[in-house]
Amino acid sequence: MLEVRGLRSGYRRSTVLQGVDLDVGAGRVLGLLGRNGVGKTTLVHTLMGLVTATAGTVRIDGRDVTGRRPDVVARAGVGLVPQGRRVWPPLTVTEHLDLAARRGRGAGPWDVPRVLELLPRLGERRRHAAGQLSGGEQQMLAIARALLTNPRLVLMDEPSDGLAPAVVDQIGGAIGGMKAEGVTLLVVEQDLHLAFAVADDIAVMDKGRIVHRSSTREFRSDSSVAHALLGVA
Amino acid sequence: MIGWFDANLVSILNGFAIGSLLFILAVGLSIVFGMMDVLNLAHGAFFLVGSYLSVTFLAGASWGGFLTALGVAALVGLLAGGVLSGMTEPLARRPILDQALLTLGISLIVAEVLSIVYGNDVRSVRPPPGLRGSTDVAGDAYPTYRLLLIGIGLALALVVWLVVERTSVGALVRASVADREMVSAMGIDNRKVKVAVLGLGSMLATVAGVLAAPVYGARPGLDETILLLALVVIVIGGLGSIRGALIGALVIGQVESLGRALLPDLASFILFGTLALVLVVRPRGLFAGKVAHS
Repeated sequence: MLEVRGLRSGYRRSTVLQGVDLDVGAGRVLGLLGRNGVGKTTLVHTLMGLVTATAGTVRIDGRDVTGRRPDVVARAGVGLVPQGRRVWPPLTVTEHLDLAARRGRGAGPWDVPRVLELLPRLGERRRHAAGQLSGGEQQMLAIARALLTNPRLVLMDEPSDGLAPAVVDQIGGAIGGMKAEGVTLLVVEQDLHLAFAVADDIAVMDKGRIVHRSSTREFRSDSSVAHALLGVA
Repeated sequence: MIGWFDANLVSILNGFAIGSLLFILAVGLSIVFGMMDVLNLAHGAFFLVGSYLSVTFLAGASWGGFLTALGVAALVGLLAGGVLSGMTEPLARRPILDQALLTLGISLIVAEVLSIVYGNDVRSVRPPPGLRGSTDVAGDAYPTYRLLLIGIGLALALVVWLVVERTSVGALVRASVADREMVSAMGIDNRKVKVAVLGLGSMLATVAGVLAAPVYGARPGLDETILLLALVVIVIGGLGSIRGALIGALVIGQVESLGRALLPDLASFILFGTLALVLVVRPRGLFAGKVAHS
């Protein structure tokens, strides 16, 4: 589904990604872990085309989208749930859903009723401006916005960031619902509890490279790996 | 209070007329800047093109001429905005200033060409037939055309507001102002939105030029005066905000008119004093539409 080879990119004079190789199989959920500043968000932005790759290739279902504009990558079947959610504060929930649904109508299983079934909280907030929503509701809105374009691959960057544990569980449930529909997911996460709950496989990033890759089960069974790579027990 | 109001009624109405014009001008400038970070310094030149088009099509002689001037100006503005959008595209990843310099260059060239074609004299344009007289407003005789201008300005303000705040196209525009990367991450090509908004914004500028010609005429330098006022309006109102452009335009309209009438020596000071005051109290303008994110 997603094939990344030798991907390098960065900002101005600093190269952040030092040659990333990564595969995510169709329908799988990959949890991407790593300390702050190792390049996880830069990787997500480069995959999406928001940061331009300087070397390497990104393929979506075999189609080379390296260096293409974000809208081209999105139309190739990629949805983004960005770090910090980045909903549009002045727009209402309904306006978010309508804008996204217009792009993705008929292209897959997700329409507004389906998405509200997955994220019922949004249904109660439809007339509110996104800027007035709680952090958790904004996260759900960011997920809904990505889903409604009917992507085959969703990139999620720290969906649990700053959210209460109960809300994180709801986000985890939504990820499960997406997976059940066959959506492939790359989830960048600092919250190991959430990452372990949703991911089939775990990859760890350090200094702009993927330094570890295993199934979630293997990763959890060998705590020394987590300790060495993430500095946690 | 009522006596004061009566005495200054003409100035207040003039302020509304100027404010209406400024809103039509500023709203396009504000949305384009808020949305695409393109500071279009050619906006004033487009306005002046509209004013000179009314000279060419003898807009003052007949309704036919006036309407022809409006139609041609609208087309020219639409095209000019589209071309400008294409020209700024290669600079899209460069700093805002680079694009502003490009539009400044275009504005200087347009102004020079206009001066070659039309000369440097002030060209006056009469209002179309039937609107040349004056109308009694609470005992004061007030030029009928300016009343119409106020009406058109308010009507356009309403239309623009409805389109931007109440339609799905408007939602797309507001989303682009707030965070255009997320709009493109949804599969929408920002460049198409930019062409459309820059085209329509420039169209409003040339149309405003035609509408303003019976009041201000057409002369070299008018483009800069108008651009400066429009920039003050959007800085006061907040970038990318329709409501801000409206409030800012009405405030600056009154400052320009009432301020000049009451305190003629301090007119420029009041204009920029207002700007400074707003910037001190609300650095992002009264109604900032743009969202900062890392």
